[in-house]
Amino acid sequence: MRIVVCVKYVPDAQGDRRFADDLTTDRAHVDGLLSELDEYAVEEALVVADALGAAGERPEVVVLTVGPPEAANAIKKALQMGADAGVHVSDPAIHGSDAVATSAVVAAALATQSADLILTGMSSTDGGMGVVPAMVAERLGLPQVTYAAELVVDPGAATVRIRRDGETSVETIESTLPALVSVTDQINEPRYPSFKGIMAAKKKPVTTLTLADLGIAADDVGLDAAWSHAVAADARPAKAAGSVVVDDGSGAAQLVDFLASRKLV
Amino acid sequence: MSAVLVLVDYDGSTVRKAAFELLTLARRIGDPVAVVVGPDAASAADALRGHGATTIVTVDDAAVLDHLVAPVAEALAQLVARYSAVAVLVPSSSSGKEVAGRLAIKISSGVVTDAVDVERDETENPAQLVAIKSVFAGSFTTRCVVSHGIPIICVKPNSVAPEPAADTEATVVAFVPELSDLARAARITARAPRQASGRPDLGEAAIVVSGGRGTNGDFAPVESFADALGGAVGASRAAVDAGWYPHANQVGQTGTTVSPQLYVAAGISGAIQHRAGMQTSKTVVAVNKDAEAPIFEMVDFGVVGDLATVLPAATDEIAKRRT
Repeated sequence: MRIVVCVKYVPDAQGDRRFADDLTTDRAHVDGLLSELDEYAVEEALVVADALGAAGERPEVVVLTVGPPEAANAIKKALQMGADAGVHVSDPAIHGSDAVATSAVVAAALATQSADLILTGMSSTDGGMGVVPAMVAERLGLPQVTYAAELVVDPGAATVRIRRDGETSVETIESTLPALVSVTDQINEPRYPSFKGIMAAKKKPVTTLTLADLGIAADDVGLDAAWSHAVAADARPAKAAGSVVVDDGSGAAQLVDFLASRKLV
Repeated sequence: MSAVLVLVDYDGSTVRKAAFELLTLARRIGDPVAVVVGPDAASAADALRGHGATTIVTVDDAAVLDHLVAPVAEALAQLVARYSAVAVLVPSSSSGKEVAGRLAIKISSGVVTDAVDVERDETENPAQLVAIKSVFAGSFTTRCVVSHGIPIICVKPNSVAPEPAADTEATVVAFVPELSDLARAARITARAPRQASGRPDLGEAAIVVSGGRGTNGDFAPVESFADALGGAVGASRAAVDAGWYPHANQVGQTGTTVSPQLYVAAGISGAIQHRAGMQTSKTVVAVNKDAEAPIFEMVDFGVVGDLATVLPAATDEIAKRRT
């Protein structure tokens, strides 16, 4: 059994995120990191692998990313956490790809991996669309079982079962394998890389692939081929400072006065 | 006619407000065709009259209901062809976005998620739809277009005020989609309803009152104030991680994104992950003991004080003024 975790290298939300001149997210001049929400997918892959390994053969955990050369840092972090190998699709032509083109590259890379279980985070923390897992599943003809807050894999029966905490109900969802599963930040507590993990990661294999390796034409991806794109990005004007009062016993009355002035009460 | 498909936000018994908002937007850009998926969809159709749908398509098929988003995407793809739709609007919920994602691949169309408005490009090309988004925790506003296929746009709740339309003679059509085996692969095998709080749904509430670390685990003042305002209760990630409030109520990047008329942050410092989930709120009010809390940089009105005294006093004040 083989588990592939899809991860993304994103600008640090704590930093100063901005747009480049071509209205794509500026990834070159900002600090980046493994998307926090993807750490849960890496952790879950390791949890599943460890559990299956204790009962029989431990599945291999491969971490896959699509991104510029710096995105290798996202793979490195996952390898330090305990993943076994990395696949990095990197090609200058990918720059500016929309979710549709990104999903095509991810799907093509996954097709080289013969994964039984594909894990992703629930969304990236930069674009945050949350659509790539569904698009990849559609392209690969796989069932998608998304927003898992709990995951049980039964390799014998080749099924997965998840718990999903919806707004109005808690659902149990089952699917056959292979399947694509996305996980929420409720599913586990991602581990910090140990010193041993950091040292071991240096020796783990990372395969770098280009678009040509995947049989994708450069014209089919990138900003010019995007089916959706931004035509304008304007920094929101700084909000005029509101009034802040220090409570001297009249804070509540002033608060209600304010709400009344805005017809909110 | 230029049909605009609207996926109606319907939970099996109630048409949610987001559906009327989408229909209001759809009327600006074409003839709304409302698609209702769920049991008793025909009765839901009644609620949609008076909001401008020219056609109401009902999909009342158990196979669609017991499976995840794939069957809905297949049904929509078939309806796009049948009505020669020029655009598709879906709610920007987690499942709505997944439907949009699968649909985009099926019909080779671009998709924009998390739009807060949709308009025609009146200056350059009126045929071009422009979706407006608020990104990077609200620090940028972007205008996005779809340049391939037809625009699939996911619209956030509370983006537009729903406007009733003059009573139209909507045609109701029952539709049975042809579903693939793949669409049936992921199956919902059990569904346990969550306990209803009796409060409005967090994602679409007009008023949200949220508590954070500053509650010290006591949400009673937050709940009482929310009830006085008729609002929903939210919680910061810190409060949820501490086990003080359920994750379903979490507001922020990894919880629910809200965009209410009024957002009250009580005992919440305003970390960027939290702001990402509420920055498009129309009016923001904060109560926090720490005058340096970043939340005060984005408020319309703030009280530096203890929420445990300010909120109950404000709740009493509201009750007093109503009598």
